[in-house]
Order: sequence, then C-alpha cells, then structure tokens
Amino acid sequence: VTAYMSKNSSYDASIVVATPSSKIEAAKYEKKVMVLDFVTPTPQGSSWGLGGTCVNVGCIPKKLMHQAALLGQALQDSRKFGWQFTEEVKHNWMTMTESVQNYIGSLNWGYRVALRDNKVTYENAYGEFVGPHTIKATNKKGIEKLYTAERFIIATGERPRYLGIPGDKEYCLSSDDLFSLPYCPGKTLVVGASYVALECAGFLAGLGLDVTVMVRSILLRGFDQDMANRIGEYMKEHGVNFIREFVPIKVEQVEEGTPGILKVTAKSTAGDQMIEGEYNTVLLAIGRDPCTRKIGLDKVGVNINEKTGKIPVNDEEQTNVSYIYAVGDILQDKLELTPVAIQAGRLLVRRLYAGATTKCDYVNVPTTVFTPLEYGACGYSEETAVEKFGEENIEVYHSHFWPLEWTVPSRDNNKCYAKIICNIQDNERVIGFHVLGPNAGEVTQGFAAAIKCGLTKEQLDNTVGIHPVCAEVCIQSHLKAHGILG
Amino acid sequence: ALGAEGAPRSGGGAAGWGLRSGAGAAPENEYDLLVIGGGSGGLACAKEAAQFGRKVAVMDYVEPSPQGTSWGLGGTCVNVGCIPKKLMHQAALLGSALKDAQHYGWNISQPVHHTWSVMAQGVQNYVKSLNWGHRVQLQEKKVKYFNIKGSFSDPHTVCGLTKAGKETVVTADNIVIATGGRPKYPMDVAGALEYGITSDDLFWLKESPGKTLVVGASYVSLECAGFLTGIGLDTTVMMRSVPLRGFDQQMASLVTEHMESYGTKFLKRCFPTKVEKLKSNRLQVTWKNADLDTEETDSFDTVMWAVGRAPDTKTLNLETVGVKTNSETGKIIVDASEATSVPHIYAVGDITEGRPELTPTAIAAGKLLAQRLFGQSSELMDYDNVPTTVFAPLEYGCVGLSEEAAVQRYGSDNIEVYHAFYKPLEFTVAERDATQCYMKMVCLREREQRILGLHFIGPNAGEVIQGFALGIKCGATYPQMMKTVGIHPTCAEEVTKLHITKRSGLDATVTGC
Repeated sequence: VTAYMSKNSSYDASIVVATPSSKIEAAKYEKKVMVLDFVTPTPQGSSWGLGGTCVNVGCIPKKLMHQAALLGQALQDSRKFGWQFTEEVKHNWMTMTESVQNYIGSLNWGYRVALRDNKVTYENAYGEFVGPHTIKATNKKGIEKLYTAERFIIATGERPRYLGIPGDKEYCLSSDDLFSLPYCPGKTLVVGASYVALECAGFLAGLGLDVTVMVRSILLRGFDQDMANRIGEYMKEHGVNFIREFVPIKVEQVEEGTPGILKVTAKSTAGDQMIEGEYNTVLLAIGRDPCTRKIGLDKVGVNINEKTGKIPVNDEEQTNVSYIYAVGDILQDKLELTPVAIQAGRLLVRRLYAGATTKCDYVNVPTTVFTPLEYGACGYSEETAVEKFGEENIEVYHSHFWPLEWTVPSRDNNKCYAKIICNIQDNERVIGFHVLGPNAGEVTQGFAAAIKCGLTKEQLDNTVGIHPVCAEVCIQSHLKAHGILG
Repeated sequence: ALGAEGAPRSGGGAAGWGLRSGAGAAPENEYDLLVIGGGSGGLACAKEAAQFGRKVAVMDYVEPSPQGTSWGLGGTCVNVGCIPKKLMHQAALLGSALKDAQHYGWNISQPVHHTWSVMAQGVQNYVKSLNWGHRVQLQEKKVKYFNIKGSFSDPHTVCGLTKAGKETVVTADNIVIATGGRPKYPMDVAGALEYGITSDDLFWLKESPGKTLVVGASYVSLECAGFLTGIGLDTTVMMRSVPLRGFDQQMASLVTEHMESYGTKFLKRCFPTKVEKLKSNRLQVTWKNADLDTEETDSFDTVMWAVGRAPDTKTLNLETVGVKTNSETGKIIVDASEATSVPHIYAVGDITEGRPELTPTAIAAGKLLAQRLFGQSSELMDYDNVPTTVFAPLEYGCVGLSEEAAVQRYGSDNIEVYHAFYKPLEFTVAERDATQCYMKMVCLREREQRILGLHFIGPNAGEVIQGFALGIKCGATYPQMMKTVGIHPTCAEEVTKLHITKRSGLDATVTGC
C-alpha cells in the first residue's frame, strides 16, 4: 500500500514495501518518499519487523536453518576426516532460533537506519486506498492518518494459505510461525509439495526431527519434474517420510502443549481411503496468497485477477491506473523471488525519476531450492523446452557426479546430477541449466550470467574447468546426449 | 603390421629396434601413439586417441621422492596434488564447521581433536581407488600400460627398464611427452634434501607432521599450511618475498591476511640457510630475516619445501632426439598445436613452457591433441581466460586478468574496477569474521565495459567462479552481469550486484539484503 502525507506536504512517491530497495532508490533522486509497512499477526500470533517476507519469514531464516541442518551432516562427515568427539550429538532448537532471530532483528534495525539515512519516512501502519491519490494509514493503536502522493508502488507481497478445514487456523503453523517458534516443533507433518514445504521438511529432518510430508499430487509444480523427483527420492532416502496422494480433512488437538499433540485425518485423492496420524506440529505449506484484497484497490480502480488476487502489470510494472505501480510477489505471471522484486523495484524507480529506460528482464532468472540436496536452475525445464521447441530440436546433456568431499565419508555417489538443455536450431544455445548437488546456488549463479550472454554448447565445451569442484562437471565434455526424455 | 607386444620386430631380432636414422621412410611402428606420463594430460590424450580405434600405449613411472614416497597411476593431480589437497582442505574446513555448528544449536562435547592417521588413511584409500580406476579404464579402452621409466633412443623409439629390470622397447608413430613436474629442493640450504619433505610426501605421511614449517609462497605452500593449521597443527609459512607471485596481489594479501587471523604464523622476508637434525629427532632450522638483517632459529617436527616445481626431463634423453627445452625452466617448448621441435613428438601439461600448470588445461589440451592427430579436427587449445582457485582456508577463485595486468595492458584510465566486501549469510549466526570476504570485477571502461577479470575470495570460490568463467568466454560485459538476476541468498549473487568502483573511493562494504 502506498501512503501519503497529511496536510501541507505531499509525497512524490509512497510505497508500501516489504523489501526496502526501491524506496531507498527513489529517495536517492531527492524525491519525497514514504513507506508504510505493517505485519498482520498470524493466527498463532506471530509477527515481525521491517523487511518483508525474505528477511523475516523467508530466504534468510530458511537458509540459516538449512545451514544448521547441513552442519549436522558435516559433523557426521568430519569423523571420517579424522575429527573426534562424542558419538551422541544433539541439536538445541532454541539456541538456533534465538541466533537466527537476533540476526533478523539486526536486519530489521538496519533497514530502519537505512530508510532514515536516506530520508525516507517510515510508518508502521496498515495502508489502504480511500480515494484517488489518497491513502489511509492505521497503526497498531488504531490511529488513522491520511496521506497523498503523486505516485504509489504496491509491494505488499503474500501470506501463507490455509486449507480451509476444521482446526487449520487454530492448531496449524505456517512458515510465518516456524522461524520464530519458541519451542522445538518435534514430530512434524508438513502439508504441501512446494519448495517451502520441501525446504522446511528438509531442514527439520536434518536437525533430527521425525518429519512427514503429505503431498496431494506432484512435487514442486512448475519445476523440472525429473529434478523434482530426484529431490524427493533423496529426501526419502535420508529419513523424510512421504504420504502421497492424500489431503488433510481435519486437525484436532489431542493434548495441549509446546508442542502439543495433534491428530490429523486425511483422505486419499485417489479413492475413499482415510488415514489418521498424530504429530506434535502440523506445518501448512500449500501456497501463498497476495495481500491485495483489503487494501482498497477497488476505490482507485486497480484491476486484480479475481481468482488469484494477483495484480496484472505491463512491462514497466504499471497497473491499469497510471500513477499506481506494483512490484514483487503480488505481480501476475512473474516470479516470486526477492532478487526479481529488488531488480524490478530499482529499475522502476530509475525509469520514474532518473530518465532511465531499462526494464526488468524476467527471462532466464536463476533460482535455487535449498532442499537437503540443493537444486539450482536457470531457463527451461526439460518438459517446457520440449513443449516450446519440439523434441527433435533440443539436445540434453547430462551427468551424475560424486562431489570429492563425499568420497572419503562414503556418501551417495550417484545422486548429484547436472543437466544442460540446448536449442539445436539456435547454434545449440543453452536454454536450460539444472544442477542437483552441494552449493547449487553458488554454482548456478555464474551459469545464469553466461546464459544471459547467449552461451552456446560450443562455448561451454571451450571453457576450462576448475578442478576439483562440482561446477566443473557442468562443462565437462563427457556429458552425453541422451536424446529426449529418455 | 605390428608384432606381438614386446616381441622383436620382424627382420631384426635384438638389433631391430636399435639404430634407426631420423630421415627417410619410417619403418612401421608398434603403436600409433605412445604417451609418456600417465597423469592428467597423458591419460586424457591416450584415452581420447583410443576412442578413434588407434593403438595406444602409456608409459608411467614414479621415481620415488628423496624421502622414498611413491604412488600409482594417475599423475600429480590424483596422487600428490589436487585430489588429496582438496580432501585435506575439506578436513580443515570441517574443523571450522564443527565450531560453527555449536552456534547453530549442535551440542558437541569438548574437547574436539583431530587424528591425522584417520584422515590420511581415508584420503590415501580414495587415491588408491582412483589409481585402480585409471588402470581399469586403460584396460577397457585397450590402451597398453607400461610401468616403466622411458627414455628416447630415437624420435620414434622409447625404451626403459621395468621395476624388475626387464628392458622394454616401444615404438610409435606419434609420441606425446606428459611427464609433468616434481617439487624443487632448495640447493643452497644445508640439510634440505636429507631432512625436508615436499608435497610429494605430505599426503602419504602415516603419522602427523606435527609442528611444521612450510617454506615457500606458492599456492602449494599456502594451501598446505592452511589445512595443517585447520586440523590443529602449529604451522608456520616462511616467505622470501611476495605471496602467490603471478596472482593479483591485492587478493594474495587478503588470502595471507586471513590465514594469519586463522592461526597460521608467517615469517615474511625470510629465507632458510640450514636445516639440522636434533637429538630429539626434531629439525632445527636457521634462517635470515632480510628486513631485520638478523639470523633466527627454531625447531620443527617437519620442514616442507614448497618453492616451486620443475620438469623432470633429464632421464628422458631429449637431447638425443633434439626436443628443445627452455634453458631457464627446463620445460619443453611447444607451439600452439602442442608440437615440439621434433616432428611427431608433442608435449602437454605441466612440462610445457608457458602453459598454466593445471589439470583441466592438460586434460583439454591432451584431448584436443588426440582429436587433431586422429580425428580430423583442427581445433587448437584456447589457453585464454582459464579459471583457477587457490584452496586456502578462505578460498580464492579467479578468471582473466589481475588488476595489475589489466592496468599494465590498458592503462588505469581505461579500466574500471567494481568491488565489494561482503558477508556470507552463514557467517552471521556462526559469528565468523568476514573481513577478507571480497570480490572485484576488472572491466574495460569504454562503452561496452567488457569484463577482463573476476576475483572472488570466500567460501566455495571455485563453485562461484566456474559459471562466470563461462560468461567471460562469451565476452561478458558489465551491463550483462547487472542484467543477470541474483540467486538469493548466496555469495555468488553479489557478483551480479557489484556497483561501487574503486575510482569512486566510496566504502565498498555491502549488506546482503
């Protein structure tokens, strides 16, 4: 939501944002900028400070807890490398969570300072449009203020979806609650097959908890399905239970506590079968919904997709109302990623106030899923490449690899995998890159840059590898063409 | 037209292989290709040639080190280089991980200690499996393997003795020399040869090296000293002048700065004068401190020389066949097609003059050579923009020009250096010092802003740099980097966000989010 200032002064731009970049960008051009940020507490009562999803309940705590899980594995490996310590090693949830929350607190603070240093006015208030160029901001105490601004940028992001079944809001947690949970979640049922579900299930299992994932149909919808299945297989082999083709129909409390005991009843999607299970915690990760329904968009005539709640924009992030823009997770048909939001926000402001013309390039945006076996990707999945270009026009090069660091501790030697998809008709241009292995994000980033430069298979073959690292396997010429989906 | 292997040639008996003049019609040789040296370059070349259905032989022999260390098929990389180095580096990194883990909630009882023999055995067993793997691969590809130390008797004939003393002669149409290098010993330090070890020995030690002095400023020196420090040993590096000569010097300083804060001791601007053995079996080292103009001394359990590597060409008999070498370095002079001064004799890998001493370049050059010899290819090896990584405790990966080389080539007014000090997310909760976590991109200043060099210090530097090396191969420019969206949260994404120039003088510290 955007905000505007009362009485005398009027804002050039008013932004309600979860991530701060665009607001600071605007302030650089000496525009009068205001930010409204407000976090409606979760059904469980969780809330957080300035910075948005990524900082508070997304990327940052997720990666830190993933790191905690990876360190658990490192402890086991280290014995084979000569390190000695007691057999029994336990994990303390509170130690980890406190450290993570302290770090997040420092980021919230850092944003407050950055806004102040850049002379951006910040209000911790809930914004909603009440009329053209006019916004109402309501703070925690219920005090309302009105502001006007020349332009508005909506960047309210999303919140986790609930199932709409008995007991979901009363007893279930979401990712909004998990990262600040003041007690160990214990035996956990994760409902969903999104990357949020798999990443959370992954690190909870890595910390030693009994974890089950309940999946309605496929894993990681929208991602390359071969890679998605490999991720699932790996998780299964490493202690995560999967219940496939079931959906919960009710959640009941058996015992109160922190954690308590919950009973989940689930129904098969393929028939009438019903199952029950008891868990300390039920974590819902079935998707996220945009925060666009209650911010008064109808008062100013901004169109939204009625079904999804997402806002359609043109390629300059402009809504159907010329002075209102939108960036981030709420955009229709755009990627829900922090770096994309930051990029889009920054470029938007430069176009508005610095005479720039560069638009955000949403093509070939790389991403990484931080599951126990990490998955980095850029460009087309194999299925979409086949769909778009035709089976006979693409070539797929692939290879399994065994990270050197996994040899001595005798870890899996056939799980890590890399796949490159080339467009035969366009000089064997690399149109898809997929890697499953340690540090997948670090590996993928540079490849994404190369793809942006129009990388072809020949250029790949002509680049010398760095030895010994995982990334070099992606360029090694022993990748063999396997035909299509074969 | 080839006799059974090892059998005398038709028409010659024992004299058949003896004297053959260089010019004139070449008699039929036993093999299409003989590769001398079973390391990264040699094996790659041999296996590639075999793919074309050629008759190929490989000769590999490891002259034991002065301390008596020897190893199997695979060359330096597999046995006494990249592989054991990275594994021991990993052991050291895991030591840090153990410390980090406690911040992340893992309860580990103190004290934690490291046992060298457990690590060494794990590493040595893996290396041996690779030796075995190479033997099997050669067999599968029908490449004949000779475990003999070969020397030339004429341009198409190499002979040598097996370990059992049996004389073996091999003739081939084409010969590739890929015998690599061995560590140098300082010639002017008394006791160096008797009492010191090198990287040839370090990875095969059965017992911990204990308190160690590593002499040298090469990446070998810093990488070894780094992991020895990481596993808990009292380690000192003695350097005569600058660290990592030839690398970007700002980055080299950051590497050594980090090592100092990590616990490695440095004796800068010092050089040893003698090594003596004490009654306790410890080694007493005496050295000169060039800055203070003093002489100092200390005792160590182990002294390791890492003062460079030199090709082992003496026993090859290169003069007999006229293969020219560089008088200073002893390396074999080759042209862009890896050809030596003698027709049909080629060389790849560390033994060649002017080439990077890296496994991947040797492999690539060896493969391309085989393709040109037997596969109707004309593609030459491209040695430009070869990426590399120094696996010091805080890793340093780079591709392209150093800042100084760029300044020298283009002038400081014509280049722009974008840089950033960053903090890996994983360091935050672990309360680790990120002072030396740094990256810089050296670009041409003119409109296109082509990237000349990229330098990165931080965790997983090799993984980070590899993909960007591809980009640079594609002629990547600064604007293209900026158009690339970052992956969050990673260290590598900071490369795509570089925006502060050295020229601006602004503080280059960036925050993640």
